[in-house]
This record gives sequence, C-alpha cells and structure tokens, in this order.
Amino acid sequence: MSAVPATAPAASHGRGFFSRAWRHPSFVIGGVLTLLLAGAAALSLVWTPWSPYEMNLANKLQAPSAAHWLGTDPFGRDVASLLLVGARNSILVGVIAVSIGLGVGGALGLLASARRGWIEEMIMRLADFTFAFPAILSAIMMTAVFGAGIVNSIIAIGVFNIPTFARVTRASANAIGSRDFILAARACGKGSWRITIEHVLPNIASVLIVQATIQFALAILAEAALSYLGLGTQPPQPSWGRMLSEAQTLLFQSPMLAVYPGVAIALAVLGLNLLGDGLRDLLDPRLTRKR
Amino acid sequence: MTHTPPLLEVTDLGLRLRTHTGTVDAVRGVNFSLRRGETLGLVGESGCGKSLTAMTLMGLQPEGATVSGSLRFHGEEMVGQSEARWCALRGDRIGMVFQEPMSALNPVHTIGHQVAEPLRLHRGLTSAAARKEAVALLDRVGIADAARRFDAWPHQFSGGQRQRITIAMALACGPDLLIADEPTTALDVTIAGQILQLIRDLVRERSMGLILISHDLGVIAQNVSRMMVMYGGMVVESGPTQDVFTRRAHPYTQGLFGSRPQLGMAARADGAMRTRLAAIPGNVPELRHMPPGCPFAGRCPVALPTCETQMPADTRLEPFHHARCVRLEAER
Repeated sequence: MSAVPATAPAASHGRGFFSRAWRHPSFVIGGVLTLLLAGAAALSLVWTPWSPYEMNLANKLQAPSAAHWLGTDPFGRDVASLLLVGARNSILVGVIAVSIGLGVGGALGLLASARRGWIEEMIMRLADFTFAFPAILSAIMMTAVFGAGIVNSIIAIGVFNIPTFARVTRASANAIGSRDFILAARACGKGSWRITIEHVLPNIASVLIVQATIQFALAILAEAALSYLGLGTQPPQPSWGRMLSEAQTLLFQSPMLAVYPGVAIALAVLGLNLLGDGLRDLLDPRLTRKR
Repeated sequence: MTHTPPLLEVTDLGLRLRTHTGTVDAVRGVNFSLRRGETLGLVGESGCGKSLTAMTLMGLQPEGATVSGSLRFHGEEMVGQSEARWCALRGDRIGMVFQEPMSALNPVHTIGHQVAEPLRLHRGLTSAAARKEAVALLDRVGIADAARRFDAWPHQFSGGQRQRITIAMALACGPDLLIADEPTTALDVTIAGQILQLIRDLVRERSMGLILISHDLGVIAQNVSRMMVMYGGMVVESGPTQDVFTRRAHPYTQGLFGSRPQLGMAARADGAMRTRLAAIPGNVPELRHMPPGCPFAGRCPVALPTCETQMPADTRLEPFHHARCVRLEAER
C-alpha cells in the first residue's frame, strides 16, 4: 500500500486516519475544545485555585484579580474554581446519560433490526411515542415526580437519549443488513446474534460514535437547563447551569458572572458538535475505504 | 450403486413469496438429485428463479416466503427444519460462493479472520489452529504469500483475488456441496476462466457436489455434466449438458442459444451467415401475471393456442433428458 501515490483519493484507513484528521479544521477545533473540557475536569480533581465550597462573604463579587482570576460570586467563592469543578459535573452527566442512551437504545435498535417483524414495530413505535414528548419537558416532569437532584436528572436525560440511539442504530443496522457480506455470513452458518455483534455492530460503530458526541453535547445543555431551573445539581455542588441561574439576579451588578458559565457551556457544546462533525467526515466509509 | 441416500434430493420444490399484491410462486416443481462428485448447472435469464432456487437450497429464502415440497440433504428432510439446524449445515456441509466478490467480504474484518471464521464456528478450532488451516486454504485458492496477507483487509485485494477468498471461506470446513451463484459474472473474462478452473479443480479434488448457476451457456458447457434450464420459476428442460446442447428441445432453450453472441458470427448449419443476434422477443412475464399454462407461451415463436392455458407435462426424451413443451408431448 505504500506505493499508493499521495494524490490517490482513497487512502488506506488506520494510518491514513490521523494524517487526514490533522487537516480537518472542525475535527481539530472540536478536539481541542473537548480536550480543554476534559482537561479542566481532570485538573479539578487534583487542584483548584480555591476551594469551590469555601464561602467568604467579605470577598463577594470581586472583579478579576491575580488572586481570583475570574473574580468571586455573591458568596465570595472563586469563579474559576467553580467553573473547573462544574466541568467535571457536565462530563459526568454527559458520560452517564450517553451510556444509558447508547447501551439501552443501541441494544433495542439492534434487536429491532435483527428480529424484524412485530418486535421491530413495537420498539420503534415506542421510540416514536417517547420522541413525541419534548425531552426537556419530560425531564422536568421526571425530576418533579422523583425529586430534584443530579442522579434523577442524569437518569431523565439518559432515558430520553434512548429513542434517539434506538432509531439511529436500527436505521443503520438495517442498511448494513441488506449488504452481501451479511448474506455471505449467513451462508457460513452464523446465527443472527453473531452476525449482529460481529458484522453489523462494527460497521455502524462510526455512526454511533458521531451520534454519541452530539448527544453528549445535548446532555450538557439539558443538565444546565435543569440545574438552571433548580431541578438538576443541588447546592453546594457546583454546576454551570446553577451558576447561570444564580447570576441571573445580579445581571446588572456583575454581568460577567453569567457570561463565564455561559461561555463555558457554549464552548463545550460547540467543541463536541464540531468533534462529531469531524468524526462523521473522517469515519465515513465512503471516504476512507475504497470498496 | 450404494444404498446411501444421495447428497441432495429435491422433490417438487416450490417457493411462494408474499408481496404487497398477493402471493406469487417464484419457484415451482423443481426436481433433481445430486450425488457427491456430480455437477449440475442452472441456466436462465434474470428473474427466472435460479438464484431463489439456490437460496432455498441454503435455507436462505426471503423472509415470509413459504417453501413447499421436499429437500433432503444426506437423507435428512430440510424443509421446515429449524434455523439452528440450518446454521449447523451452512458453511459446514454446504458452502456458497456469491456473484459480487467486491461486497461479499466484510470491510471491517481482515480476510484471514473471515476465512478462519467457519473453522472456529463449526470445528471449534482455536484461533491458532484456524489460522494455520486458513493460511493453507488461502494458499490453495491461489492467494500468493498467504501467511503474510492473512491480516490484510478486503479493500486491498482485486475482484478476482476476493472471489478466491470467498471460495476459501465457502470451502473452509470441507463441505459436501458447493453452490456457486454466478461466481464469475462480476469478473473480467480472463479472471473468470481462472476462477472457474479453480472451482472445477476443487470440486474434483474434494469430490464435492456442485450446483453452478449462470446465465452464460459457455460457462455451463465447460463446468457441469448435467444442466437444468429454468424459465418463470420452472425447469423447462433438464438433462446431461451434452444432450441439452445438441438437442435443444425446448423453444426457450433454442432462444437462449440463439441469443448467444459467437465469435466471428458463426455460420449456421444451413450455411447462411448470421449478422444479428436473435434476441428472444419480449420480457420474462412478471410472476404475478404468470399464465396458467406454459410460462414461455407469451414469447414462444411456435406457441399453440393451448399453451397459455394448459401446463405441458414433463416429457422424457432420453432416459435422463426431460423437457416441458406441448410440441414434444405431441411428438411422442
């Protein structure tokens, strides 16, 4: 393969992935922003400039300074530290909610695609049914019924990821299912489960990865919205959404208090979406592999 | 003659498909039996039911289709058999090679993995043992430097090489029966010749039964000793390849031969030069609109008024040569 000229449109995958990735702007920007988010969360585990829980009312609402880079909030807490710990919170929500959605939704989608018939109908109609509710409204309803808090809001967000993943998985699995190599695998005597796991899943993995980054961003937004409404993360646990809602009353006194978490949320979501876009292009089999 | 049952015994095999507009009989009344080492060809134009017949023989008929008649493999009735039983046979006792080598391999697995898969699945071999066996198989089907290329990806091979790889996959467990569905249609003529030679050699070497499906009469002539001509889901003529080629009893068989291009536009027996291909006028009737009589009646140049309404009987011309035409019935 080394003899393939550089101008060949179809580079081999694997080695070619990273060389193409570097030249893909949205992948690079999205990757950097996502790494920043992950880096901030990781850093907050070992170090923050100040304790995010330590209140110091004498120091409240300070402007940015050498001691407090981004100033302090109405309780005198360090805003930079709150943002760092808030990143951890957002990642936690994103990872768990996407895991729930991908795990359950992906399994249901594969089941629907492998079994067809009434099982497929039932799963997909159920997904349509769940889809018909606005997700955030349903999450509000769930947290209202089961109690506000980070655990319940993560579960609520995760549950509403399920139909999205179920649909995407089923649609792409069905497209793969009609390909010749699936028939060839059946002719080799493989049962439908083996075919689903060994042949269908690896072929739709890229689609699911892209969808996961998008859902991750949506989960961060949803958590911020729930926390803003007071249904998500509870005090004193820092969260970007709660920082926003606390800044609301002080919008005319210290507008920057709302800007910092707002920018953090926007950058995190933007980064994940760009990363998803980039991955979609880079993992597209039509571009990576000549068939 | 031994008392063991034939490898494959097909009696009155039918396949009924459910469509939006009702049910259609895509395959009707197919009869044949095949022993180890025997070769059988299925010819006919697109849509005549040859691929569906092959799929039914593998138990891979479309979902919702109903199989009727009897299909005995080593004496075991397979019609109505459980999917688990079919899975145990497929890839182990029956191998299949497909038309499109470019898409018959999974792009996300290495070719070695795919060739070794049936060995792990049916023989329970360890990865190392399966690898060793698969390398030997790849070597046998003519993949150069097989040990090194074991871990290569499908997209790194040409169409002809990929077809060799799918043959290795089909033969991994040493099946008794090989079904090849247009194995060379997607390949260059020169490569096609090599692939057919390989299949021929392997069938002889392992004394497998072979069912070769093709629309190419040249391919049939060179590779199988018996043939069946299919039209509209039915076998219209069957017999030893030699007899069918010389006698061409059924008008459809004659049409099929007439529409075959020949090098230099060969002179006919009567000495006249032919300059145009004699295509069979019309199209294969849609399965839904199949006449109750002979399926070929609508396009047949010598059809009688009764052809449309009456199904001609299967007429024995020679001990093993049969055809279904009302004119042959009358001759007797």
